[in-house]
Amino acid sequence: METFLQFLDDYTLRNVLLGTAWIGVVSGSLGTFAFLRRQSLLGDVISHATLPGVVLAFLAWQRREIGVLMVGAAGTGLLATALIQVVDTRTNIKRDGAMGVALAVFFGVGVLLLSMIQNLPTASQAGLDKFIFGQAAALVQSDVIVLLVVGGAVLVALLLLWRELKIVTFDPDFARAAGFRVTILEGGIVTLIVVTIVIGLQTVGVILMSAMLIAPAAAARQWTDRLSIMVLVAALVGGASGAAGAIVSAFGPQIPTGPVVVLVLTALVLVSLFLGHKRGLVWHWRRQRRSRKLADPDTVLGALGALESAHAGTVRGHPKAVVRMAVGQSAQVGQALAVLREAGLADEHDGDWSLTERGRSEAERLGRDSGD
Amino acid sequence: MQAMPPALEVNDLTVAYRDKPVLWDIDLQVPTGVLMAVVGPNGAGKTTLIKSVMGLMQPAAGSVQVFGEPAGRQQVRRIGYVPQRTSVDWDFPTSVRDVVAMGRYNRGGRWRRADRRDAERVARALATVDMEDLADRQISELSGGQQQRVFLARALVQDADLYLMDEPFQGVDAVTEESMVAVLRRLQEQGRTVLAVHHDLRTAPAYFDWVALLNVRLIASGPMATAFSECNLRETFGGSAPEWANPPVTAAG
Repeated sequence: METFLQFLDDYTLRNVLLGTAWIGVVSGSLGTFAFLRRQSLLGDVISHATLPGVVLAFLAWQRREIGVLMVGAAGTGLLATALIQVVDTRTNIKRDGAMGVALAVFFGVGVLLLSMIQNLPTASQAGLDKFIFGQAAALVQSDVIVLLVVGGAVLVALLLLWRELKIVTFDPDFARAAGFRVTILEGGIVTLIVVTIVIGLQTVGVILMSAMLIAPAAAARQWTDRLSIMVLVAALVGGASGAAGAIVSAFGPQIPTGPVVVLVLTALVLVSLFLGHKRGLVWHWRRQRRSRKLADPDTVLGALGALESAHAGTVRGHPKAVVRMAVGQSAQVGQALAVLREAGLADEHDGDWSLTERGRSEAERLGRDSGD
Repeated sequence: MQAMPPALEVNDLTVAYRDKPVLWDIDLQVPTGVLMAVVGPNGAGKTTLIKSVMGLMQPAAGSVQVFGEPAGRQQVRRIGYVPQRTSVDWDFPTSVRDVVAMGRYNRGGRWRRADRRDAERVARALATVDMEDLADRQISELSGGQQQRVFLARALVQDADLYLMDEPFQGVDAVTEESMVAVLRRLQEQGRTVLAVHHDLRTAPAYFDWVALLNVRLIASGPMATAFSECNLRETFGGSAPEWANPPVTAAG
């Protein structure tokens, strides 16, 4: 506890915490749209494709401020999306193939460049390899300011374009027919995704950044059926995971932030899948159980009577499933049937249920009573 | 009638998909105030025709005029659109009311948000298609027929003069279909024009008063009584013109 308080007091670590949580908030919000547009894999390609950009920017300017590296990252990230688009429209290679190839090629080039600069005489390249898995502790205050400003700009764009993003995500054809500039908006969405990925690179790393984009949305979807709430919940999940990742990885210099963040995210997604109150499995089971109430024996008796008179003499018995359907409301009839057999009103032969003589007259009496 | 420009005029429209023509040299006039059905076999280019008119597909050649002017951004608000029900993901986190409200998103400027009049319009449209009770329902819980009615309501709030509908009755039960046809009739009474892809030849003559028979080429178009002939149907659907096709000439007898 003592160390934890000291830790929160630490000026650098507070910065790191703020920066990483903010990345989670921004990527969770924007990632909701990537998730709903089924662009999860695109996010993965973009984040891997930023690696060569980071190294190239470093080589070009010989500096490693986050702003400089972000420009390079965004450059190759956008280049990858443009290449996918060209391959998709101009060749007979399908989109998923184009994405797979782009991811491998760009990331491969990135790793190659990274190992080349390790052999450079200058020492300042040290730490660039942290971009692969992320290291929140490497954030300095000026970095955090850049993150806050760029991430804030992404959120402002999201709010200003709310209706456009919503209609283009749900029904792009209708949006275009209604006069929205869908091509430009879709380009805008991809650009926002690129920017969001880029601000998280240093802390979360290129390999796992796409999880930061998609997992909060996947968790949030289990809790709500409204887009606005989903964005808020995703922001919350992203922010909390980012903060948790920063704290845990700060305890040891050898703990990379990205994997910790992803583990926290995975836990939150699992919890949401089970407990999420809109679509979570537990609630689903409970709803199913509640709707499948026990049928009352009188109702089942009446249903059996109705079945027998409908099949007047032709069919002797009816399987349980048929009785259940005759009762309706997907009620559970097993217990009621057992009660009827105990009372000598119904009997079962080879899984088929039929009324006994007494059961038949009882069913007729019930029918007369309710007819009055 | 000819004094007024037609609601829709398509000239020499050719649309190709990878060098294969989907629509070939279509010349079609849709007079103002008619309910026109577009019928034709699968792959005849019915959806492509609707999408090309809406500017959702790039034609290889040809032009489209809406109310006498080249189709473009100026007329966007005069055209309402009902896309195919299956063209969207109904698992999207939103409500019935929200989807219908999208029909008003292109009104007003950048900074204008939905106001009370928009909300009233949405409520009225939902009442018209008999969906007011389901206004706040999550759209993933709707049946096929309810989804179609949501799309129809969204088109109604567009308050357009020309409506293009792609299979508006797909997945709709008979009772709902009747009530949706009544809505189309009401649109017609208000002087609006409807062009709808329709695949049931039996009901086409009862629901619509004009027809376009399409099979890559336009086989015929005009008033139902003249264009919906056995001869034209056979040419559209090939030798196997469905026997249950019910040309009004014989139906009237």
